[in-house]
Amino acid sequence: MPPIIEVRDLTHIYSAGTPFEYTAIENVNLSLQSGELIGLIGHTGSGKSTLIQHLNGLLKPTSGKVLFRGEDIWKEKKFTQSIRSRVGLVFQYPEYQLFEETCWKDIAFGPRNQGISGDELDARVRRAAGFVGIGPELLEKSPFDLSGGQKRRVAIAGVIAMEPDVLILDEPTAGLDAAGRDSILENIRAYQQAQNAAVLMVSHSMEEVAALCSRLIVMNHGGVAMDGTPSEVFTRSEELVQMGLSVPQVTTVFRLLRQRGLKLPADVYTVRYAVRCLAAWKEGRSC
Amino acid sequence: MLKDITLGQFFPGKTVIHRLDPRTKLLILILYIVALFLAKSYLSYALMLVFLVTVTLLGHIPFKSMTRGLKPMLIFILFTAVLNLFYTKSGRLLFEWKFIHIYSGGVRTAFFMVLRILLLICGTFLLTYTTSPIALTDALERLLNPLKKLHVPVHELAMMMCIALRFIPTLIEETDKIISAQKARGADFETGNLLRRAKALVPILVPLFVSAFRRADELATAMECRCYHGGDGRTRLKVLRYAKLDYLAFLIGLALLAAVIVLRHFGL
Repeated sequence: MPPIIEVRDLTHIYSAGTPFEYTAIENVNLSLQSGELIGLIGHTGSGKSTLIQHLNGLLKPTSGKVLFRGEDIWKEKKFTQSIRSRVGLVFQYPEYQLFEETCWKDIAFGPRNQGISGDELDARVRRAAGFVGIGPELLEKSPFDLSGGQKRRVAIAGVIAMEPDVLILDEPTAGLDAAGRDSILENIRAYQQAQNAAVLMVSHSMEEVAALCSRLIVMNHGGVAMDGTPSEVFTRSEELVQMGLSVPQVTTVFRLLRQRGLKLPADVYTVRYAVRCLAAWKEGRSC
Repeated sequence: MLKDITLGQFFPGKTVIHRLDPRTKLLILILYIVALFLAKSYLSYALMLVFLVTVTLLGHIPFKSMTRGLKPMLIFILFTAVLNLFYTKSGRLLFEWKFIHIYSGGVRTAFFMVLRILLLICGTFLLTYTTSPIALTDALERLLNPLKKLHVPVHELAMMMCIALRFIPTLIEETDKIISAQKARGADFETGNLLRRAKALVPILVPLFVSAFRRADELATAMECRCYHGGDGRTRLKVLRYAKLDYLAFLIGLALLAAVIVLRHFGL
């Protein structure tokens, strides 16, 4: 299947030609497929945010190309504008963008800009609210009266309501409590499965991406350092630590156990799998 | 992007100009402006220009950032030039077409007006380019200190100015972020008539105000947590002191003003 988004030799330089010139990403190559749930990790300043703003045409590449279903998203102005609704981008702390009087109106802002109106608009809003667990009774309330977690959900619904083929989220769970985190991740997965969308999620929590994603992309110094399944990536835990990243705690525990001579696999990154391995090890078989 | 606006930005450095006491620079700027408004002849303008260029070179300020800073003022400068060109009715008549009359005096006034505005803007740029906002407000507070006797809340004013300056970049960054976020939701700021464009600003302004108020609230709490209670009894990490360099700079500034006054007196 052809990739839904393809990035070719992408380089971006901020404030080119001034004393503040700064190369944020250099020669990045990537492709995303429909139905993939991808985790994007990397320490602060590794170029994650710059990269994701290229995928929906908010930033223009200094050099290189971004292709959506094989077409250059910068080929004409109208096309770039239409890409913004095909590739939904949820920024960090999206609750700071809420502005309407009611949640319904705020969620409707995106689809309305797409030219949708009437019953279809109402259906879109309710469907999006359903995905993020916002009940119909909250839709008529002011978004400023909601709790922090609810605001975040309304803001994410505002992007989901455009029903994008690709959904990109920049740290969707930052600053939420454990329960809020788990349920938002569940909502994201539900959307991805219902729409067969490609989802790219930036995160700093290794546990989170390990449990949720089928593929991980690791960025370092403005380039892609690793790209593979979670087990492929977490087997290289030493390299991750050198980049200033961590690995899931359970992976560290297993690495230390292996150093003490226990015969355990190196690619353990979820607690569930770890329990299975330990049980198997106790009974003397391989997991 | 908004971030690329260099108007009034501070360029850190260690040149002679950077090392001057901010009070000195502020006072010399005042002398410079007075001299600028007293200047009447080509010779005195040339003198001002030489002073400006010398300071720019001494401060290692790239000429490019000066011209870039002037760009937003271009319309204002052109407007002034045109106005002066058409409305000054002295000297010889140079050009006549229907209701348009251009006199030699008009050309001269327009030229001097433009030059005066350019020199004025560049002079103030030099101050903000070479002085950090904190040093500047500090200087202002110290210079206005005598007004405290008249119950002018000098410290509070300086603090307000300092906070305002401090938050300009933050708010610009925030605006950039909000614009990007609303663009990602398909907001269109570039097409449509004036009313539509004004309406398109609502999704930016509401979140911006909400966050500005939130920040103000947080800042007030943070200041109270550190026992801020106004300027009384407050000591400073960096106490401003005039050095030999400052007296020298004052002398040069005064000499400039004196020269312009003398030139004006002799009608040169």
